[in-house]
Amino acid sequence: MSQPTAATIPGRTEWDGGVSPMGVSYGKLMMWFFLLSDAFTFSGLLITYGLIRSQHPAFTGDHAHFVFSQEYWPVPEKVFEAVPFFHGVDLPLVFVGFMTFVLIMSSVTMVLAVEAGHRMDRKAVEKWMLWTILGGVTFLSCQAWEWTHFIVGTEAGSTIKEFVNGGWTTRVIHGANLHENQYGPHAFADFFFFITGFHGFHVFSGVMLNFLIYYRTVTGMYDRRGSYEMVEKVGLYWHFVDLVWVFVFTFYYLV
Amino acid sequence: MAHHVSHEPEVVVIPPNKEKIMHLWKVAGILLVVTIFEFIVAFSMQHGTWKTFIFVVMTIVKATYIVGEFMHLKYEAKVLIWSILVPIIFIVWMLVAFVYEGMKLSDVNFLR
Repeated sequence: MSQPTAATIPGRTEWDGGVSPMGVSYGKLMMWFFLLSDAFTFSGLLITYGLIRSQHPAFTGDHAHFVFSQEYWPVPEKVFEAVPFFHGVDLPLVFVGFMTFVLIMSSVTMVLAVEAGHRMDRKAVEKWMLWTILGGVTFLSCQAWEWTHFIVGTEAGSTIKEFVNGGWTTRVIHGANLHENQYGPHAFADFFFFITGFHGFHVFSGVMLNFLIYYRTVTGMYDRRGSYEMVEKVGLYWHFVDLVWVFVFTFYYLV
Repeated sequence: MAHHVSHEPEVVVIPPNKEKIMHLWKVAGILLVVTIFEFIVAFSMQHGTWKTFIFVVMTIVKATYIVGEFMHLKYEAKVLIWSILVPIIFIVWMLVAFVYEGMKLSDVNFLR
C-alpha cells in the first residue's frame, strides 16, 4: 500500500516532511535496510567459504570412485546422500532437494497470506500463516535430522593418520564436529555448521515471528488496527530467509 | 431486549483477485521448474566452469523472482529499488577481492 508522495499533496515538497518519498512506511523501509545488512553478513560467510575452498585441492578423479579424505575438498553430493528411512541407499541431494521444496512452498504460502492481508481477509491470513509455520517447522526438523546424520557419520568412517606421543598412528573417525571431520578438511565441517546453522537460526526466528503474527491475527489485533501491514513486514523477512537458502543450496550443495 | 454493542470493528473483506493469485502461483511454478532444472544439471554434466556458470545464472534468476515478485520490490518506488540494489555493489566487490586473494593464496599453497 503506497502512501501519498509529495507530488500528490499540492504546495508541498519532500523537504516539508509528512510524506514518504519511498512510498513505504517507516517499518517496512527499515525491514528492507535490515535485510540488506543481513545480506552482507551471509555474503561474508559464503564468500569466505569460497576463498577457503579454493585454497584446498579439489577431487580430480572419477566421481564413481570418490572416497573421503583430508587431502582434498569433498564432493558435496557424496556427503549429503542420506534420506530418513532409506538407510544405506545412495540418494545424493534428494533430502536437501526436499528441504528446498518445503522452503519455497512456505514462501508461496507467506505471499498468499500477505495478499489476504491486503484484502483484510482474516480467515485467509490465518490459513496461509498456519501453512507457512508448518513449512518452517518441517524445514527445521529436516535440518535437525541432517545435522544429526552429519555429526554421527557413516558406519565405515574415515581412517586418519595422526602424530601421537612421538609416533604415527592411525585412527578411524566417524562424522564431523569442530575438531575432526570424516568427510574432508576441518574447514568443510566448520563452514557447514556456521552457514547452515546461521541460516537455520534465521528460520527459527522467522517461525517465532510468524507464530506471533498468526496469534495476533487470530485475536483480531490487525482488524482493530485496520491494517495487516505487520504480515507484510514479517513476510519480507521470511522471503529473505528463502532467498538466502537459494544461495546456500547452490554454493554449498550443488557447486 | 438488551442491545449488544460489538467492540469488534467493522471490517470489509475485499474478495480475492483471481488474476493476482494466479500470478503468484505462476512465479512459484517458475521457481520449482528452475530448481528441478538445477537438479538435472547437477547429475548430467561434468564438473567445471560451465556447470558452475549455469548454477550461478539459475541462482540469480531465482533470486530475481523472489525479491522482485514475492518481496514486491519490482513494484515499489524507483528510489527504494535503487537504495536496495546499489549497495549490492559492495558484495560484488567483496566477491572479486576475495576470489583474487584466493587465487594468489592457491599459488602459494601453504596448506600442502
